Amino acid sequence: MSKQAESETFDPVDLFPDATDMDLRPGVDKCDKNGNCETVCPVAEVNEDFPGPKFQGPEQWRLTRKGDIEFDESVDKCLNCMRCDTACTNDVPLGQMHNVARANYVKNQKNHASREYLRNKMLANYGTLGKLGSMMPRISNAVFGLGATRWLNEKLLGFPSERSFPDFATQTFRGWWSDRGGDATSAERAREAREARGETGVDKKIAFFHGCYANYHQTEVAKSMVRLYESLGYEIVVPEQSCCGTPMFANGMLDDARGVAEENVDTFGSLVEDGYDLVATCTSCSMALRKEYPELFDIDGVEEVASHMFDAVEYLRVNEDLEAELAGADVDFPAMTYHAPCHGEVMGVEGIVTELFADVDGVELDDTGDVCCGLAGTYGWKDEKYDDSMEIGAEMFEAFEEAPGEVALTECPMCSAQIEHGTGYEVRHPMELLETALVES
Amino acid sequence: MAIEDDVLVIGGGIAGLSSAIAAAETGARTRLITHKQSTLGNASGLVDVLGYAPDDDTPRADPYDAIAQLPAEHPYSKVGADAVREGLALFDDAVGDRYRGSHSAANALVPTHAGSVKPTARYPRSTAPGLVSDDRDMLLVGIDSVTGFDAPMAADHLSAVGVPFDVRGETVRFPKSFPQDADVTRYARALDRDESVDDGTVREVLADRVEAVLEDERRVGFPAMLGDSRHEAVRTELQDRLGVDVFEVPTGPPSLPGLRLEDALYDAAEDAGVRITSGNPIVDFDADGGRVQQVLMDRLGSEVAYEAQQYVLATGGPVGGGIESDRDVVEESIFGLPVEHPEDRYEWFDDDVWGDHAYTEFGVSVDDDLRPVAGEEVQFENLRAAGNVIGGYDFATEKSGCGVSLATGYVAGSEAGELT
Ligand SMILES: Cc1cc2nc3c(=O)[nH]c(=O)nc-3n(C[C@H](O)[C@H](O)[C@H](O)COP(=O)(O)OP(=O)(O)OC[C@H]3O[C@@H](n4cnc5c(N)ncnc54)[C@H](O)[C@@H]3O)c2cc1C
Ligand code: SF4
Ligand code: SF4
Repeated sequence: MSKQAESETFDPVDLFPDATDMDLRPGVDKCDKNGNCETVCPVAEVNEDFPGPKFQGPEQWRLTRKGDIEFDESVDKCLNCMRCDTACTNDVPLGQMHNVARANYVKNQKNHASREYLRNKMLANYGTLGKLGSMMPRISNAVFGLGATRWLNEKLLGFPSERSFPDFATQTFRGWWSDRGGDATSAERAREAREARGETGVDKKIAFFHGCYANYHQTEVAKSMVRLYESLGYEIVVPEQSCCGTPMFANGMLDDARGVAEENVDTFGSLVEDGYDLVATCTSCSMALRKEYPELFDIDGVEEVASHMFDAVEYLRVNEDLEAELAGADVDFPAMTYHAPCHGEVMGVEGIVTELFADVDGVELDDTGDVCCGLAGTYGWKDEKYDDSMEIGAEMFEAFEEAPGEVALTECPMCSAQIEHGTGYEVRHPMELLETALVES
Repeated sequence: MAIEDDVLVIGGGIAGLSSAIAAAETGARTRLITHKQSTLGNASGLVDVLGYAPDDDTPRADPYDAIAQLPAEHPYSKVGADAVREGLALFDDAVGDRYRGSHSAANALVPTHAGSVKPTARYPRSTAPGLVSDDRDMLLVGIDSVTGFDAPMAADHLSAVGVPFDVRGETVRFPKSFPQDADVTRYARALDRDESVDDGTVREVLADRVEAVLEDERRVGFPAMLGDSRHEAVRTELQDRLGVDVFEVPTGPPSLPGLRLEDALYDAAEDAGVRITSGNPIVDFDADGGRVQQVLMDRLGSEVAYEAQQYVLATGGPVGGGIESDRDVVEESIFGLPVEHPEDRYEWFDDDVWGDHAYTEFGVSVDDDLRPVAGEEVQFENLRAAGNVIGGYDFATEKSGCGVSLATGYVAGSEAGELT
């Protein structure tokens, strides 16, 4: 068992270090109230009671500094999509402010004995739940699929009965990786690939942050990534790791997030020191390590980890001549529509796939444009948020309907769950497309 | 390994977008890199070319004949009047029928939210029925909970400047209430969705309330909040219900017409084949023998190289992020290009907020090919500048913001493209 699984109980008593020790004042002062952030907020678009990012961030901050004013409960309605953070032309750190405000609200004002709190705690610690589920994948799939379980989940815990739980893979990615021979086999395959490519003497090594979803559910994505990277000569190591913390940030459980961040920074920090770059296939995982950790936690080595953390497509784009690799490729893949996850946009990686495949034979790839899927990690998994989540997603569902593609392409597992739920489309990951183009053909 | 293109444009405002479109149209493989949204979200959405000549406060009827009188360091003097026409032609192609004004070289006169009259070259279709040259009587309608547009005051001001029609202002209540301080986007979305309220839908009830105060005016102006994604449908329905023309008076920020313009230009750039990379800033560069070799993007802590044969710098002025100042120096923020400015910091600003601030003219100096210079000396032979990063003009006073961006964007982009 990982350290996290051992120490994790659903006991709401926490050891919350005060998150307000960060000085957000300079950020507040930068806000000139121009309202640009308001124009991109998906929740404000569908829910008029939601006061919006400008209030959640700078204004609430001013108010709560003045005295004993409590954090507004609306901060719980924010998706943590970070679109406002990207839109602000004055560099106000909105994402950081929302995370801190939400943590304060959840810690000090929310009823810790409520059904909602318990449910959120479960969602936040999905890594543990996933671990248990994946121990007996067939039974878990059967049990979660039962109508009675769904009904109980809704009534007792507040999960929307409309959604079905994602299936557990029959074998976790980690299981597959160790059966395959683990790090040693990877080093061997990569060495052979480098020789074949005439790249002897070059150091190419990465550490894979698979996160929860690619380990328990979308294991095909992780496997494609491994085969693709190895074929390009990269040695891969897959260290023991904790959840990235994304669901904890989103549920205001910053103490839990700090715990996993400390573990991950420790593990991946020493790999960075040994010359490894860090790669994730999920854009929320990479964003957590790259942006949220250094914004929220003062941990030794956190900046080093952040600056070495890459999205899997982005990393290849930056380090390989992918255009040359793809030149002349003829790919047999169904027509696709790409959806850029919000967290991919925050990191500026959203245009890469469509750009790379624009001229590749056999690939038809459209784009849903700049829309939020509405599931946003754990948000759409709460019955009281289900309607908003689907209303936000409506624009994306429509874009899929209108585009000629029959298959969806996206980096984010949560976007992919929402796409499946709202459109019935099969969803693939850019790693699978790249593997088809560069390894199989 | 650097990501390679023929032309690399840095900055995603109107100058960067027009440069990128012009470069792509020459057949060059073009990339636009931008950190954030541009200043268009703060601007009016009007495209001004030249509203006032220096030291003359009568609005110009024709922007072109005044260009010849501008000082030599003005960007228009560098590129010439034909480039201004080309820049506007590029704009007209890019935005299609979303904009009006291309039928004439003369300035149109548009009423502003403060009730003044602004000479401008292109205006959104939604503002067209409000032109001051039109002599139909006008009703301006303010919304009590929306700050920034006081309709009775704007109407008084317009009457005072002697517009050739009668104009009245009325204030009505919006059919829905929002939290105090809500931005216009809330109102726009309620109109987009046409939500149900007591006595009907938002659009119906708003039309009823305006009808109750409408006398025999033939056109009605609202603050620019008539819908976001469905703004044409919203305006058309209000027109049908009221039986008169409906128009928007530019307001902001956030300015919906400015944001709609930004969206339209991004679509046009994509259609032209421009590759767009957004979200992270360019922070540094490598040069060799007077040529820029590559520029470096900071992606949250690590640097990624982008390489091209030709570069266009369109990072905006002090507001957009292209010009930085600290206590002692003012300089361009990526290449450290010199920016002429008074030694004494106190001379940068006028005591009067509305006064003549020197900093609004801060920007890099360029040669006739728009290449940044220090003194007379070209800094990099393959770097051109466009838009508000260039100094030597004061767009706010002379009303030339988007025009200078389009003209210099057109020249910098097409020259860069042709050289590859
Ligand atoms: C309040 C206001 C009102 C205005 N009203 C009008 C009007 O009514 N009519 C009119 O014609 N004009 C108006 N303008 C001017 C006009 O909107 C533009 O500001 C002007 O044309 C300059 O455009 P630009 O493209 O040069 O710069 P900007 O719009 O400033 O764009 C610069 C872009 O560069 C990006 N950038 C900056 N640094 C970097 C970097 N290091 N790396 C990557 N990207 C970077 C920024 O994110 C931004 O997207 C107004 C401007 C303002 C501020
Ligand atoms: S993070 Fe997303 S949902 Fe939250 S305030 Fe910002 S834009 Fe809105
Ligand atoms: S975009 Fe930034 S500066 Fe503008 S209102 Fe939002 S937080 Fe404030």
